[in-house]
Amino acid sequence: MDKQTDVLLDIEHLHTAYRLQGKFYDAADDINLRLKRDEILAIVGESGSGKSTIASSIIGLYDQKNTRVTGDILYNELNLVGLNDKLFNQIRGKRIGMIFQDPLASLNPLMRVGDQVAETLYYHTDMDEKQRHDRVIELFNQVGMPRPEEMYSMYPHELSGGLRQRVVIAIAIACKPEIIIADEPTTALDVTIQAQILDLLKEIQKETHSGIILITHDLGVVAETADQVAVMYAGQIVEKADVKTIFSNPLHPYTRSLLHSMPQTDSNDEELHVIQGTVPSLKNMPRSGDRFAARIPWIPASAHEDNPRIHEVEPNHFVRCTCWQGFHFEDEK
Amino acid sequence: MAEEIIQIKDLKVHYPIRSGFWNRITDYVRAVDGINLSIKEGETYGLIGESGSGKSTTGKAIVGVEKVTSGQILYKGVDVTKAANRKKLNYNKDVQMIFQDSMSSLNPRKRIEDIIAEPIRNFENLTTDEERKRVQELLDIVGMPSDAIYKYPHEFSGGQRQRIGVARAVATNPKLIVADEPTSALDLSVQAQVLNFMKQIQQQYNIAFLFISHDLGVVKHMSEDIAIMHRGRFVEIGDRDQIYNDPMHIYTKRLLSAIPKVDVEHREEHKKERQRVEKEFLDNQDKWYDKDGRVLPLKKVSDRHYVALPEDMIQEELKEGE
Repeated sequence: MDKQTDVLLDIEHLHTAYRLQGKFYDAADDINLRLKRDEILAIVGESGSGKSTIASSIIGLYDQKNTRVTGDILYNELNLVGLNDKLFNQIRGKRIGMIFQDPLASLNPLMRVGDQVAETLYYHTDMDEKQRHDRVIELFNQVGMPRPEEMYSMYPHELSGGLRQRVVIAIAIACKPEIIIADEPTTALDVTIQAQILDLLKEIQKETHSGIILITHDLGVVAETADQVAVMYAGQIVEKADVKTIFSNPLHPYTRSLLHSMPQTDSNDEELHVIQGTVPSLKNMPRSGDRFAARIPWIPASAHEDNPRIHEVEPNHFVRCTCWQGFHFEDEK
Repeated sequence: MAEEIIQIKDLKVHYPIRSGFWNRITDYVRAVDGINLSIKEGETYGLIGESGSGKSTTGKAIVGVEKVTSGQILYKGVDVTKAANRKKLNYNKDVQMIFQDSMSSLNPRKRIEDIIAEPIRNFENLTTDEERKRVQELLDIVGMPSDAIYKYPHEFSGGQRQRIGVARAVATNPKLIVADEPTSALDLSVQAQVLNFMKQIQQQYNIAFLFISHDLGVVKHMSEDIAIMHRGRFVEIGDRDQIYNDPMHIYTKRLLSAIPKVDVEHREEHKKERQRVEKEFLDNQDKWYDKDGRVLPLKKVSDRHYVALPEDMIQEELKEGE
């Protein structure tokens, strides 16, 4: 396969900074990611790790005045950073589809759901009204909505959470985008509905050969759906590898701690592992040194790099800093 | 064997649906439709259900903020669905609640000191110094720094706020705490912290928990006895092993198979299994539920294991399991 054409999105040295009281602080710090066709790239991290910042930087939905984005987000030779609104509006919704966490907040409460899907088609295609209607019904079928004709004229509040999320997905895939960004698409849903929605996303991907960026905090969801995984901590990517490697051979202390603190359904009565301390807030982010060092104080300072870089420790397995080499949990030797 | 602290008998909470010109009651929403359970002293009872299953309504009915349609809640052998009995037994002091959303359950205009001291002031007569000492102790238990008492809720992170909620619930030395999704708004590492504190407190003060959650992993970690709730009734109750290793009702199986597993090697098999269970659930509704779509009465399978299935299907399931 030709490697060059397979890359849908190439993010290089992306810095996104927010202005707080007159000063800019990097919420996403030197992000390098690559999304390929037919691939699900999961970005995992806790709240405040900067994972949603990456998503809003890609689709250009941020407050222009108080946000500074630098670096490159290359989509087909086109740099999305600093792109003007006119061009961006042709890409957003058509080439890049977006699925948000809260389906009730991302749908217009005063508009029939069918019309909301048709609206996307109105802006991005030259279909006439009849064609748009047929396409919406087709989409509703595709995302597994029962009785699509009836659903077309429902309002968001009349639908359950699972159905609402299906409508949002229908809007996102209406123009067959090459890239779908899903920001916590199942966090507000029950587990059984979550499973259905994730299956649906995978099915859609198989049909359209798109690339999906899946942003989540749920390691279980990652293990079940992703192909490539990037783990984020305090605005930086700390580990990046394919999904098998991340779960079978996690190296960075943060990845290992996260996996360690999961309550497992096959676990026994032990205490859960707790990561000491808290994620530093944007303003108090350490400007140098390893940002995770404060949370593993039993590891000597000499184990960390002064300016932690990301290293390729084996083919396609990237880890930040060198502290992973001698890392052990506090209670083990 | 620990003593039973609370017993719930045939509890029902129905909401009327009004319609028509006269706004007459035409039907009821059966949020909780006849459940029985008993919680033992110092133990955790896990209540699992999806949204709309009636699990939160059950919790609210127990603490007394939801009006009970019929049935009994027995505390020390006395029915506490009547407000007069609640007062006599000090029930409102002995039973406390931890809420899901820590931001909206703490008054943003009050300092932590006043928030935690409020239940103490309601039930005990302490001097200002004694009260402050008690608040400090409580903050200490949940691992918060002592200067926290002068701060306001917004100055804390989600996990810290939830720990303040735990401290407030423990303030009156309760016998039972109803915890309604206490960690579902928290990150993984913070969740671990809160759960550990809850366990510690339980051991220290011998508190019983009713742990309400949709997260089967968390419930398994916390509880000895578990009930699965669906459509206002229990579909299956049993101890941890019985529910997780030997589920009998299709709904329990469906929930268990839907949990994402951290097992990348076998994810395709999980998916197939999940879809098989889902299909079975959808295809044979009349087999698992009665003709109105309600959950069947519970039948005994073994000592502590009950399932809402007809007798012949239980036998069938038992054979399959062998």
